[in-house]
Amino acid sequence: MKTAVIVFPGSNCDRDMAVALEKVTGRAPAMVWHRETALPDGIDFIALPGGFSYGDYLRSGAMAARSPILRAVADAAGRGVPVLGVCNGFQVLTEAQLLPGALMRNAGLNFVCRTVPLKVENSQSLFTAAYRAGEIIDIPVAHHDGNYFADAATLDRIEGEGRVAFRYAQPVNGSARDIAGVLNDAGNVLGMMPHPERAIDRAHGGTDGLRLFEAALGVLA
Amino acid sequence: MKVNVYVTLKPGVLDPQGKAIHHALEGLGFGGVADVRAGRFIELDVADDVSDADLDAMCARLLANTVIENYRIERA
Repeated sequence: MKTAVIVFPGSNCDRDMAVALEKVTGRAPAMVWHRETALPDGIDFIALPGGFSYGDYLRSGAMAARSPILRAVADAAGRGVPVLGVCNGFQVLTEAQLLPGALMRNAGLNFVCRTVPLKVENSQSLFTAAYRAGEIIDIPVAHHDGNYFADAATLDRIEGEGRVAFRYAQPVNGSARDIAGVLNDAGNVLGMMPHPERAIDRAHGGTDGLRLFEAALGVLA
Repeated sequence: MKVNVYVTLKPGVLDPQGKAIHHALEGLGFGGVADVRAGRFIELDVADDVSDADLDAMCARLLANTVIENYRIERA
């Protein structure tokens, strides 16, 4: 089980993500700088961490989505390699058009930083198979641009296809239909605003995020 | 030559920043403002032979996010 964390200038959750991946796999991930044009050989799982890549210039995630390593990430995603984007990582995945929709400024305009209840909408994906459908889990959020937007036809389509992985159990940021996490059509790319890597140890105040990593990484083990 | 690019939110996309600006204008005592929508203005300095197709591709691939935004290109 070889994992990789993509590191952009301005990433700030890359080390937290590395701790989570090492905790579950027993092996430290490769930390891959954004200027690289290829991933290390044999990578089984890719994480795009939270943070403020390129200072959120232009739009959150916009510059990172056009960085050299993203071509390699898109190629790997196309081959079926699981890709998890958290927070800024989710913004990067939408900007790279690996996931539908866009993440806009929070409806309340404030940065939201607290633990929120999430409803598991799809418990069949490789990321969510260790949860029960409808289960409420507590995961921290910390973002300014988490207001998920897509046009009504896209929302209907992704809901109909079971691609809404998580929904906020109460409104957090104005997201369309309270969507907190979205899967790609093949189910191997997940973007979510909440931070599962911040809920993997009792010292974090909760461990509800751990099962996401155990499912996603265990499936491949 | 200078090229002006105007990036605006698509109609129907909620604009919380525009709303906040609207409230602030009202707070300053300016009445009669029905709505505010905020966008982005980008000024490019390009070679004269850069094609319209290239300018359009710049907008579509980076300067605007066409999921939520429209853009307009103006050769100055």
